[in-house]
Amino acid sequence: MSGYHHDHPHEPVTASDEPAVAARVRALEELLLEKGVVDRDELRQRIDWLVSRTPADGARLVARAWLDEDFKVRLLADARQAALELDVDPGPSPVVVALENTDDVHHMVVCTLCSCYPKALLGPPPDWYKSLPYRSRAVSDPRCVLREFGLTLEDDVELRVVDSTADIRYLVVPRRPAGTDDLDEEALAALVTRDAMIGVSQPLAPA
Amino acid sequence: MSFAPGDTVRVSSRAHEGHHRAPGYLKGKIGTVERVHDRFLNPETRAYGKDGEPAKRLYLVGFELGDLWPTYRGDADDRLVADVFEHWLEPAS
Repeated sequence: MSGYHHDHPHEPVTASDEPAVAARVRALEELLLEKGVVDRDELRQRIDWLVSRTPADGARLVARAWLDEDFKVRLLADARQAALELDVDPGPSPVVVALENTDDVHHMVVCTLCSCYPKALLGPPPDWYKSLPYRSRAVSDPRCVLREFGLTLEDDVELRVVDSTADIRYLVVPRRPAGTDDLDEEALAALVTRDAMIGVSQPLAPA
Repeated sequence: MSFAPGDTVRVSSRAHEGHHRAPGYLKGKIGTVERVHDRFLNPETRAYGKDGEPAKRLYLVGFELGDLWPTYRGDADDRLVADVFEHWLEPAS
């Protein structure tokens, strides 16, 4: 590695019982900074952006789609544009695709290769989404995985497991729960959970 | 090679050293093109510091889960869809 200098001392900033993965991430971060691949401000901005995101933005899109059929059509055609329409930041991924769950079709999303996820609309992915058991079993025994999340699909519902392997980020638009005809957009959005937008559960039932 | 929705395709089973986005469990499997996405910079070269040009067409390809897993115990209509780059797809009609 020519041009690589490592001539200053490093004092560990964390306790010695730091988990191995945290130590690896810290080492990688140091290398990226030293090699000038990223600078510290850029890294901090990206982390701040990521932790500032929550599933509330995705839930707004879903609630609006439940109330406004024309918006739903636009959301399913181009989720990035639909997000911008509601002043929601669709994030750096060039394409976000929304997939509608209906009485006949149920989508669930996984990334078997790593942890691709619509972070701008849902926030950081849950740990289980990144776990090897979810990533392997979601594509090989998905109905069993769904049952473990408390969701038993009827046999006549077509299950579509979506492996998000490349540049597209997928957002599930769950089915609108029964008994919500009188709810406004804010009340509907409160029923739309992160897990429902990954497709491993249904939205909450109205109180 | 370009494909259209409805085309029958096979995911290439060729080996590849290093980073790529064709999952091993799909290699050699036959599916149907469901959507034609945009072109995207090639992650196989970007992963090694290159610019990823030329951009590669990305397709959403659907498979029957029963075709992927001989012991699949879900419903016969259950499907898996995955995004696969053009250079990993071969015609299979």
